[in-house]
Amino acid sequence: MFISSIENFLRRQGKPLVAFISRLGEFSIFVAQSVYNCLTPPFYGRNLLRQIVDMGFYSLPVVGLTTIFAGMVIALQSYSGFMRFGAEGAVASVVLISVTRELAPVLSALMVAGRIGAAMAAEIGTMRVTEQIDALTTLSTNPFKYLVTPRIWAGLIVMPILVLIGDVIGIFGGYVVGVYKLGFNPANYVNSTLQNLQAIDITTGLVKAAVFGFIISLLGCYNGYKSKGGAQGVGTATTNAVVSASILILIFNYVITELFFSK
Amino acid sequence: MSENKIEIRNLHKAFGRKVVLDGVDLDIVKGESLVVIGGSGTGKSVLIKCIQGLLRPEEGSIKIDDEEVVGINEEQKEKLHSKMGMLFQGGALFDSLSVWENVAFDMIENKKVNKKTAKNEAVRVLRSVGLAPDVADLSPSELSGGMQKRVGLARAIASRPEIIFFDEPTTGLDPIMADVINDLIIESVKGLGATALTITHDMASARKIADKIAMLYKGKIIWQGTVKEMDKTDNPYVRQFINGSSQGPIKVEI
Repeated sequence: MFISSIENFLRRQGKPLVAFISRLGEFSIFVAQSVYNCLTPPFYGRNLLRQIVDMGFYSLPVVGLTTIFAGMVIALQSYSGFMRFGAEGAVASVVLISVTRELAPVLSALMVAGRIGAAMAAEIGTMRVTEQIDALTTLSTNPFKYLVTPRIWAGLIVMPILVLIGDVIGIFGGYVVGVYKLGFNPANYVNSTLQNLQAIDITTGLVKAAVFGFIISLLGCYNGYKSKGGAQGVGTATTNAVVSASILILIFNYVITELFFSK
Repeated sequence: MSENKIEIRNLHKAFGRKVVLDGVDLDIVKGESLVVIGGSGTGKSVLIKCIQGLLRPEEGSIKIDDEEVVGINEEQKEKLHSKMGMLFQGGALFDSLSVWENVAFDMIENKKVNKKTAKNEAVRVLRSVGLAPDVADLSPSELSGGMQKRVGLARAIASRPEIIFFDEPTTGLDPIMADVINDLIIESVKGLGATALTITHDMASARKIADKIAMLYKGKIIWQGTVKEMDKTDNPYVRQFINGSSQGPIKVEI
């Protein structure tokens, strides 16, 4: 009697634990397979090109809008905040540092995760439930190489470029607010931006961008690839892709910052 | 070398606690068209997926051309798949590609045939399944169900496979279109001299395309024989299934 109730208790705890661990295992295998297939031929150049255009070119408006307003609001906030200490002069460098180190990579990645991660999960998920992935296999084509690899490479290549563009636009946003609203002298603002420009601010942003690009593509593909159960399954996969990618982006943002900047 | 193209012995496959295949033994003779019949959810699709290596059985052996295929690596699998073609139930056409790119997929991606030759060949195959050349540039989503089946068939036979699988080829089609597809299947299988494995529960289709019929029930092959033998058999399971009666030894699990 007593033993059986312990057994029942353990069983209740065990089931979700086993499910969690098996999912973790499944994900790890998926990651390993992705990395392996990314490095071994054949490569599908046409698919990679399509993904780069989808992920990069068509994300430009979204990334541009998010980063310009991020730069603008940082200029405004830091000005009103720093005025208390009489440190208004630091606005340009605060905009520079916050945009290049944090805002451009993180906000762009979150926007791209919503735009592209969801699309990947939906497209691959639909291919899964309509047996198109099985069809690829029966046509002697490795679905990993055909579907997953181009998307992961696209993420790694495109995100740093997007972030670089986002850096410029974000700093420009700060400049616009600084000069036209807060009354900075344009030449002084540009000068102080250039003087404070340091390679490490840009490079950490780009490293982040590449990692985020990998995360977005990986989770978009993973959730799509493993989706099951028709339209509802694809819906769940899409949601999971965006949510899990966003959370991982924020976690890795901290981890990478810690790696680069903690003394 | 035996005359069997595919030899299945004691095949077991379960999903969690649900046993789907429980010791399937089946031989498919080279050049023959075998139809596996059985109710929905009896594991017909699982059987095909095991043969193709899309699912890994827990136990048993599958030999194709006398070579074991259970547990082979990815590279060997790709080689194996180049011998096979498959017509999927829902067509499974790639909707990001046009109709001719679907049909020419294997030529373009694996055989590196140039685009123009591949397109000409695709149009030729499309014509052989009764589709006009102007269909070639459409997207699969613009086609009717019957036309999608034809394109799926064209894609399955385009690489001239030795083995072709048909997963419920007539499901979801009107009776006339179903018969057209049956004719196309017979034509293309005979034309290629291929070995065919069809799974279906459409008896009219089974009668028409089968050289031999096998019935799958509760994870086992419980009966096999020719169409004539099927009509004469007194096996109560087969009788119930071909008559489509709710009364008999097969109980529908609700």
